[in-house]
Amino acid sequence: MWVLLVLIGAGAVSAHPQDVAFEGQKVFRVTPQNDEQVETIRFLASNIEVDFWQPDSVTLVRPTMQVDFRVEADDASDVEHLLRERGVDYRVLIDNLQAALDAQFDSKSRTGAHGYEKYNTWETIADWTADIAAQNPDLVSRSVIGATYEGRPLYLLKVGKSAPSKPAIFMDCGFHAREWISPAFCQWFVKEVTVSAFLQQAVETYGKDAAMSTLLDRLDFYVLPVVNIDGYVYTWTTNRMWRKTRSRNPGSTCVGTDPNRNFDAGWCTLGASKNPCDSTYCGSAPESEKETKALADFIREHLSTIKAYLTIHSYSQLLLFPYSYTYKLPPNYKELNSIARAASEQLAGLYNTKYTYGPGATAIYPAAGGSDDWAYDQGIKYAFTFELRDTGRYGFMLPESQIKPTCEETLLAVKYIAKYVLEHL
Amino acid sequence: AMEELLPSHFPASRAAAVAAAFIRYRHAGPGRGLALGTIRRAHREDIDAVGRKYHLELVLEDIRDKDSAVNCTAEVLYPLDNKNTVPDVQFTLEGELQNSDEADDMFYNQIKSLDKELVARNIPDSQGNVSPELEPIHLLAWAASGYVIWQNSTENTNFQLAQTKQVTQVKRSDEYLQFDYMILLHEMVSQEIIPWQLTVLWHPRHGVQVPQDSRQ
Repeated sequence: MWVLLVLIGAGAVSAHPQDVAFEGQKVFRVTPQNDEQVETIRFLASNIEVDFWQPDSVTLVRPTMQVDFRVEADDASDVEHLLRERGVDYRVLIDNLQAALDAQFDSKSRTGAHGYEKYNTWETIADWTADIAAQNPDLVSRSVIGATYEGRPLYLLKVGKSAPSKPAIFMDCGFHAREWISPAFCQWFVKEVTVSAFLQQAVETYGKDAAMSTLLDRLDFYVLPVVNIDGYVYTWTTNRMWRKTRSRNPGSTCVGTDPNRNFDAGWCTLGASKNPCDSTYCGSAPESEKETKALADFIREHLSTIKAYLTIHSYSQLLLFPYSYTYKLPPNYKELNSIARAASEQLAGLYNTKYTYGPGATAIYPAAGGSDDWAYDQGIKYAFTFELRDTGRYGFMLPESQIKPTCEETLLAVKYIAKYVLEHL
Repeated sequence: AMEELLPSHFPASRAAAVAAAFIRYRHAGPGRGLALGTIRRAHREDIDAVGRKYHLELVLEDIRDKDSAVNCTAEVLYPLDNKNTVPDVQFTLEGELQNSDEADDMFYNQIKSLDKELVARNIPDSQGNVSPELEPIHLLAWAASGYVIWQNSTENTNFQLAQTKQVTQVKRSDEYLQFDYMILLHEMVSQEIIPWQLTVLWHPRHGVQVPQDSRQ
């Protein structure tokens, strides 16, 4: 089931490629020569809807930088007029985005339940993992890395252009069942990078340019859209506020272990409970949960290629890095702190969403057994935990209308981290 | 001894949450939602034999107008006393809050004119939706939960309102509106969800009162 939901500005939740949502839209390439021309671009962006392909946002535009952006059909001639008037050199890279997309994508439309701007059930997400891989065979492949307590397959998507021995970034969502915005982000991320890769290609085709190096050329992303599938299902069927896994605890009527207290990183020493009835129960042993063991096994097996580990949670608007199991600072603390600061600034640049960043123990609370600390101590020197929107007004019940802006801004931060990692291999 | 703290890290963030909760209880209501914005500065003072006092400079935002920010200074004193554990909160708003009379009066008249008592569940719903008709009921819960949060906060807690499970209006013969709420509080440090029942009285000119509440 391919649901075409491309880029910013498309109002439809799901669109068939032939829904002409992009009819007549143009993609321009401009190289501003000086500050005045940069100002022209800023002026444009503040007066009409401009979707920046590169750089990611108007705030990053600088003189002599190649700037690609998409505009609505209605605005295209005004844009050309303004650029000509101001003496700004430009080229039309894609004359009609709809035509380009139609040329690429299968015309088979399948109306279905999946949407990128809504919360999807596990069954829908599972189907989506199959569909997105089938639709993008050169970019996305799906594998199963284990099974949950209740026997559900743990799907992992590998996203990236095929090439030998590429470095990788591992990202997971849905550790905690009630944090619904988290799996929504993983789905959005995969959609964005695959569509963006296609469009880069379209630009190359139409623009006759030398190949632009994209993240997907040089990096693979391993994306685990939902770690705690059983818990997620439970929040849909029974208790929206459930957090833990759904494993039985021998000798107790209470169910579940907190997967983010279940890793072998200072396991169960601070900020975790030994009581199976508690929300932060650390489990009977590190990796006692099938889900955490599968994740840890995969990372161990791919340790030589995984250069960064990202884990997505909600809520609080935080970007955290090790350590949480101790107040001790990691050896590359200064580096992690400056990455976190810059990534938070990127994120805030879009909608002014303020994030706090810092080591877990001091930013939010000390908590042992976290996957980020464990990954870091395995040797993955760039390990981050995101706590997405909001700061408490809706908390776990973030409205669906906020899925898109949350995902868009978070994507900027993730892209920043990915670029940094690539530049520091 | 006065110590400067990183404003958006804990423990400043916990004290700020208490201050915001208390201010909501005092100033928010069906026609006004107050969100905690930036925490600009924070200091902590150890007061011998009394407790720990947090000095905060905060920004509050009226949810109806993102650009309306009001600066605020607050002091949150967590007592050492085992018997009285309720933090003492003092605050000063620098500037005026947006007038909510119109929204308050509209809600008041709507409820007063209902034939049957209002009953509603799951606000927000699982997808985060709050219908426009129920928005004032949601904001009232947010304000009233401020009382419960204030009364039950310590340096080791950080409460937020997670959801209203059920609200039932109780008709009164006097001028007050009364609602019986069953809410879920999310306590961030323990990550527990705590059901709490509260009786809420409200009047446009007299604000929020919580004469009775009980942890479930």
